Amino acid sequence: MNTPAIRVHELTKVYKVTEREAGVAASLRSLVRRKIEEVRAVDGISFDLAPGEVVGFLGPNGAGKTTTLKMLSGLLHPTSGTATVLGFTPARRERDYLRQITLVMGQRNQLVWDIPALDSFELNRAVYRLPAADYQRTLHELTELLELGPLLKKPVRNLSLGERMKCEIAAALLHRPQMVFLDEPTIGLDVTMQRRIRSFFADYNQRFGATVLLTSHYMNDVEALCKRVIVIHEGKLLFDGDLAALLQRFSSHKTIVVQLETCPEKLEGYGEVVSCEDGLVTLRVPKAETPRTTARLLADLPVIDLTVEDPPIEEVIERVFAQEPE
Amino acid sequence: MNGLAGVYRQQMKTSFAAMLQYRAALVIWLISQVLDPVIYLIVWTTVTAASGGEVGGYSRGDFAAYFLALMLVNNITYSWIMHEYEYRVREGTLSAALLRPVHPIHADIADNLSSKMISTPMMLVLAISLGFIFRPEIRLVPWALAAFVPAVALAFVLRFLIEWTLALAAFWTTRVSALNQTYYVALLFLSGQVAPLSLFPGFVQAIGLALPFRWMIAFPLDLLLGNLTVGETLVGFGAQMAWIGVGLVLVRVAWRAGVRQYSAVGA
Repeated sequence: MNTPAIRVHELTKVYKVTEREAGVAASLRSLVRRKIEEVRAVDGISFDLAPGEVVGFLGPNGAGKTTTLKMLSGLLHPTSGTATVLGFTPARRERDYLRQITLVMGQRNQLVWDIPALDSFELNRAVYRLPAADYQRTLHELTELLELGPLLKKPVRNLSLGERMKCEIAAALLHRPQMVFLDEPTIGLDVTMQRRIRSFFADYNQRFGATVLLTSHYMNDVEALCKRVIVIHEGKLLFDGDLAALLQRFSSHKTIVVQLETCPEKLEGYGEVVSCEDGLVTLRVPKAETPRTTARLLADLPVIDLTVEDPPIEEVIERVFAQEPE
Repeated sequence: MNGLAGVYRQQMKTSFAAMLQYRAALVIWLISQVLDPVIYLIVWTTVTAASGGEVGGYSRGDFAAYFLALMLVNNITYSWIMHEYEYRVREGTLSAALLRPVHPIHADIADNLSSKMISTPMMLVLAISLGFIFRPEIRLVPWALAAFVPAVALAFVLRFLIEWTLALAAFWTTRVSALNQTYYVALLFLSGQVAPLSLFPGFVQAIGLALPFRWMIAFPLDLLLGNLTVGETLVGFGAQMAWIGVGLVLVRVAWRAGVRQYSAVGA
């Protein structure tokens, strides 16, 4: 059996946050006695990732996603529990470990602002001690995949946000890390660029067999890249399994879209009417009722067209966070 | 070790490139470095004239030599790291540095070295030009001049280590400027930036001997001016070495504790 690329057991991170009311009196009081509150950012989560797996790490803001990624990349010490990545304990920040991982954060700059990205890449070549031939080959591949050609020789400050992000990603992958942590890699980018970066990571995973753990607000990222998702909420693990199973489990309704001549008076009997415009009716129907409702609609009304759809994935995720199963 | 040399070479190339993007800032910075010594020089020139041509064994020309040489020594030993760390911690750029498989101090050393390579020749030209105005009295002692080179290099190492350690205070507090100010005041008086240390009262000199500041500036400066005996020079080198040893320990301890703190509260 393969040893997992990541093994996380009862991982917990508690932040101590000083807290005080607004106002002068409160700030004077806080000089004497500080009120310290404990925030359990990550609360006893456990999971494994197999080598080469691409897993989506989902949760609303403040769920503990970034804290977990920082613990796995060695930037944060866990308060308790253990994390083992590629056989290393991340918090020790051993050089052999750091050489094999990367953490891409949407707003993090590792490129030197005033000089062309290529110069920053050269610096990374030295820092990661990459043999010249390997470096050239990887650079060539990344340049091609991300279409960096015209960008490499311009000072980074003259690049657009999307161009800069592509260069950041390339810089983060020059050393061909086996373990890739992606924290909102497509944040702030337009749809085309998001799509390009998604397909790039899919490709990178295929080519190098790297393990990828990805957080994103854009469900499209997750849908395109990850078969498996891990959902956390308020530091606790809510779900770990196939994306399809998640959708199955949490989408209790389906959406039926019916094209009619006009909007009829009485539709409530069929399900919850989401909208009706120019005869195009959108109904929300309990999953179990869907076949029967569809049959009734076809029998009762002059239907021009009818489709049954799964609700958008965002809506499902929203429901996951809202209702907490069990 | 070859790997680390490569990191230095590349880091210095990067620093050069970045620095050349800011030529105007470089010139402004040089002027600011020149201004302080020139002001002190003018003050002491006036004082010397008022007290009959000599103060504590220093003539007008001696003061001129002292402060012009000070420009050079200060430029070589200066670092700006204390102003930068707070920003790095606050803005999270330190996280990127922590993810790299190399100690972040190397980037700072390389950065400082490359900036000296540009600024030192410029400072030398400035000091020589100002020499035509202030007419320093120079006594060049060949052996002392030769000893000056390692002395000023060690002074840079010492000052860099101490300032790098102090810069790490940014891990614990967001108000590092008070600490920086205290340090700069101590440096100003105890390293010989305001006046030659021999002009200070005995007890201040005694305090100065027990602290590292003197060995960061005054020692190489006096060596350059030919003010030291062989014995004093050897004591100076010994003191520099001892303080560098202390500095290395401080850097190590403070860095470990700092990173522990950083990774506890949220990088």
